Amino acid sequence: MSTLCQIRNLSVTYRGQTLPALDHLNLDIAAGEWLAIIGESGSGKSTLARAVAGLLPPGAKLAGEMRWSSGGSPLPGRDLGFVFQDPSSSLNPVLSVGEQVAEGARRHLRLSWTEAYAHALKMLERVGLPQPDKAMEAFPHQLSGGQRQRVAIAAALAAKPGILIADEATSALDMVVQAEIVSLLDELVREAGMTLIFITHDIALASGFADRVAIFKDGRLVETGPTGLVLSSPREAYTRTLIASHRDLATPPLIREATP
Amino acid sequence: MTLLAIENLSKRFSSGGREVVAVSDVSLTLGPGETLGLVGASGSGKSTLARILMRLLPADGGAIRFEGKDWLSLSGANLRHRRARMQMVFQDVLGAFNPRATVASVLNDPLRIHNIVPKAGRATEIAMLLDRVGLPANYAERSIREVSGGQRQRIAIARAIATKPSLIVLDEAVSALDVSIRGKILELLVELQEERGISYLFVSHDLAVLRAVSHRIAVMDAGRLVETGPMRQVIENPQSPAARALVHAVPRLLTEPTEGPSHDV
Repeated sequence: MSTLCQIRNLSVTYRGQTLPALDHLNLDIAAGEWLAIIGESGSGKSTLARAVAGLLPPGAKLAGEMRWSSGGSPLPGRDLGFVFQDPSSSLNPVLSVGEQVAEGARRHLRLSWTEAYAHALKMLERVGLPQPDKAMEAFPHQLSGGQRQRVAIAAALAAKPGILIADEATSALDMVVQAEIVSLLDELVREAGMTLIFITHDIALASGFADRVAIFKDGRLVETGPTGLVLSSPREAYTRTLIASHRDLATPPLIREATP
Repeated sequence: MTLLAIENLSKRFSSGGREVVAVSDVSLTLGPGETLGLVGASGSGKSTLARILMRLLPADGGAIRFEGKDWLSLSGANLRHRRARMQMVFQDVLGAFNPRATVASVLNDPLRIHNIVPKAGRATEIAMLLDRVGLPANYAERSIREVSGGQRQRIAIARAIATKPSLIVLDEAVSALDVSIRGKILELLVELQEERGISYLFVSHDLAVLRAVSHRIAVMDAGRLVETGPMRQVIENPQSPAARALVHAVPRLLTEPTEGPSHDV
């Protein structure tokens, strides 16, 4: 696999903060890989996502380097799609669903509005929105959380970017909808051969489909490696703690089983 | 013996001329010292049910008996008085507190309002409550905004146990916490239950969390109770499509190193 981006000594400090949110990070992103960035609150995982996407807020201080194999930084919307945690704040509340999905296609694929609308309708069908023709006219608040996230995915992928960053894209959804959205992302990313950067606090969710994981804590990279290897033989104590903290249906319960 | 009995509870909302049945003819019971997990997807009605139980919303029909008495007919001073026995802990810990409050004032309020301890003894009681939830006594002077999310949830639990309740309603009480902190809070809840015989109604969309602490589980879907039974039985052999979907949706930690890349590179 060829390297898509070499991150060297990258530090990010937000305005008004003394401690860096991301501290001397070294990480390579390979073209076509599915990389999961895993960490708890304050680990720097979202800061990394925003730095890579060029979406850091004004006033954030950036030091170090991101060397892209293409020469320049990817253009958000065209080369890189971004799906946020909360589609009710990432989608524009006063634009119809059709307009927001068509917008990216029109601007970046240089389509006419008519062509862009036809493309948007196809995208909404592709992301499995029920009644896509009706949904074109709907506003974000008229949709459920899961449907809004499908729209956000359609908008992120409208211009056929080569890179998709999903930043806690399923964390605000209930478990059943989360599973549906994860399998949709899996399908779309696979189909288009995209590079996926999947930011999550949920190590189990990442274990299901990432090629490689990078574990973050307090703004630093703790360890990285192939998913199976890191999860079966973690080198660092913090990774072991994260794995031990995970609960699923096979984890022994904390209570005695019999009903009192 | 039954601590709580919910009988044929119903609630409709009308939205833009459309009638939505949020809770439809739901009956449930909860025994002393027992945890009932109430699970369902968004919009299943589980939070509406919890809000009716906490008397934050009126019911349209049905009855709730709590500690042998009609809970929904209580009002005014009687309701305030009896609320000491049924406490709640929410997901949004910061939103649940007055932002200008100190930890001490958050814990002092229930002790004062429900006349649990005379004024002279309240500082000692607050120190004991903080100690019980694993926080140092000097946290009393801190502002509620200065403490971390996990610490704030411990304070919410201290506030809930301050009035010596028989039932605590936990509404997504650990969902906003990091996993390493989540486990510690669940352990604390189980310890308190074993020590004091408190019952919990634990509302969550996360079956793995409920699995850790619930004796029984009730599954809601589209306002209806579709399945109820011992926790182990329901997760090992779910009967309803809603329960099967919930069981299936819990991410499993895959650690096999032999699997290789999950897609063709």
